[in-house]
Amino acid sequence: MTQLAEKLHPWVASGRPAGGPRWLQDLRERGAVTFSALGFPTVRDEEWRFTNVAPIAGGDFELGGASTGLSPARVDGLPYAASAAHRVVVVNGRFSPELSRVSGLPRGVTAGSLGAAINGELQADREIVQRYVGQLADFNTRAFAALNTAFLEDGGYVHVPDGLILEDPIQILFVSANETAAPTVSYPRCLIVLGDRSQARVVETYVSAADAVTLTNAVTEVFVGEGAVLDHYKVQQESEQAFHLGAMHVHATRSANFSSHSFSLGGRFVRNDVLATLDGEGAEVTLNGLYLADGDRLVDNHTTIDHARPHCPSHEVYKGILGGHAKAVFNGKIIVRQDAQKTDAKQTNRALLLSDDALIHTKPQLEIFADDVKCTHGAAIGQLDEDALFYLRARGLTYYEARDMLIHAFAGEILERVKIEPLKEELESQLYSQLARDLAEVDAA
Amino acid sequence: MLEVKNLHVRAEGKEILRGIDLSVNVGEVHAIMGPNGSGKSTLARALSGHPEYEVTGGTVLFDGKDLLEMDPDQRAREGIFMAFQYPVEIAGVNNAYFLKAALNAKRKHHGQPELDAVEFMQLIREKAKDLDIDQSMLSRSVNEGFSGGEKKRNEIFQMTLLEPTLAILDETDSGLDIDALKIVAKGVNAMRSPERATIVVTHYQRLLDYIVPDFVHVLSGGRIVKSGGKELALELESKGYGWIETGAEPVQA
Repeated sequence: MTQLAEKLHPWVASGRPAGGPRWLQDLRERGAVTFSALGFPTVRDEEWRFTNVAPIAGGDFELGGASTGLSPARVDGLPYAASAAHRVVVVNGRFSPELSRVSGLPRGVTAGSLGAAINGELQADREIVQRYVGQLADFNTRAFAALNTAFLEDGGYVHVPDGLILEDPIQILFVSANETAAPTVSYPRCLIVLGDRSQARVVETYVSAADAVTLTNAVTEVFVGEGAVLDHYKVQQESEQAFHLGAMHVHATRSANFSSHSFSLGGRFVRNDVLATLDGEGAEVTLNGLYLADGDRLVDNHTTIDHARPHCPSHEVYKGILGGHAKAVFNGKIIVRQDAQKTDAKQTNRALLLSDDALIHTKPQLEIFADDVKCTHGAAIGQLDEDALFYLRARGLTYYEARDMLIHAFAGEILERVKIEPLKEELESQLYSQLARDLAEVDAA
Repeated sequence: MLEVKNLHVRAEGKEILRGIDLSVNVGEVHAIMGPNGSGKSTLARALSGHPEYEVTGGTVLFDGKDLLEMDPDQRAREGIFMAFQYPVEIAGVNNAYFLKAALNAKRKHHGQPELDAVEFMQLIREKAKDLDIDQSMLSRSVNEGFSGGEKKRNEIFQMTLLEPTLAILDETDSGLDIDALKIVAKGVNAMRSPERATIVVTHYQRLLDYIVPDFVHVLSGGRIVKSGGKELALELESKGYGWIETGAEPVQA
């Protein structure tokens, strides 16, 4: 054990959680060893070419504390706190029963603590957790997934049993709470499992309780059973000093329908990974994304859709609005395996640059091994459409009114797909007030 | 109402209009005709303030004000409306929402109270019926996925809603079948009044069977080479543009 510890990377050498069932201890150990072998990625790594993690690797982050003294009223005042009827609150990676509101869930549905599911009294949950945690999120080549796994202890857990249609959405609210001057890190983990033919909407929101330096290294694992329908939302709006590394690994089985809506509005350094495997005939995946960045912020979205079976459609639309000196990366990989005939994959990526100093690196990446498939991709980067601007002005709208209308329309295409009304309204107001700030800056320049 | 004097306009590095003189009074309908490349559409776009059309000389007064000093949106609020030859598709901007913003921008400019959603919907439902505009067109994105005829009807619909004092139709008839053409003409004729004027830019005489002009001007080589009454349009129809162009300098050799 001491020999092993010597070989471990300093980030995982100490301070890791202990205890829990044997499989969990083994999993953490594998995470730690794998992370130590991989180390932090560098820009020589193709997946991280434009995103230099040196500010994270070189940072001195303490593990975020468990007791942060957050009151329910304080949580209620956080953005998106009222997005859904059921609310699971995870503070610095740990479930908070006092801040959560999950009563009144239909029988058989579990929404709450991942740690409780791992160690709890319910054998069914213990089995589900053991079956999927660490199995859906492949961390053999992914350093940050390995790092998260090394610290795996708690987080969010949602399970919807076979055949159950859950009407009310479930929200998992992840709060980064740093009450100290020193930078802190948290490793939230989330598992969402939908039984066959079930249906649910799950919202993950990531926010900060204070304007402090935090690192969130989150991993979400999603299993969508046969014929199940999951509408998933992720809203990331942490503080302007926050580092956010979030990866979601999705496994969609036969005739499953999975939709992801990713909104990235905050943080100083943000990397979102979505990896969806279509592992059953007729499974369908939709990935929608909208990101906004200004100042010196960085937003990197990497998506992978892995078509492993025939007759699976996938749809992907990612849009970004960049101002100031913001930098964005979009990398959309679509893999079509040899077996995945009749795949129909469509990817669109658009970005609007509001300033001359904003920058985006965008890359579609198609790896096709089947011959009877339909794959299309398109990217458009640039300023607002001059013809559209003139058309609106020719009807009496000022330049500013016309511009704002076009920008709102650009974002609206993604916003209008949000099927949870309170969430949509708050997203609109957060997005538009941020945009108004950015545009005022553009106009002042 | 509109006084154009010696107007010179450049576009894409070429001088297209080379000294246009045109005087339009209230209550009049003027037709601007001419062969392809004569500068008809350039005149329409320059008057509406299109940024790609650079005025290099001349003056334009609109109701006594210097039109060339105004931004395109100011011109619109002052009462100029151009029906686009190629209406722009704007994804994500709801047609009704856009029309309400445009109408209220104009009303505000003229010191009238803005219409609320209910008043506005009532108004556009009435107007839409007159022009055989399907209600569903109002809730769709501006011009997105509209057929050619729907786009042109939408232009005329906007015109009847915004009630301009000077309407400029830039080849609104091109690509329209006879039924759509009649609807467009009906919309334009309904707007004719002693307080308004219309400039109809067209390549063909056909539209003028339905919108009968008071004056016809023939453009060639960036200048008005002939002006007359409505009978001039018929003459052009039977003889073609050839006889007009003889003697006129072509834009390009």
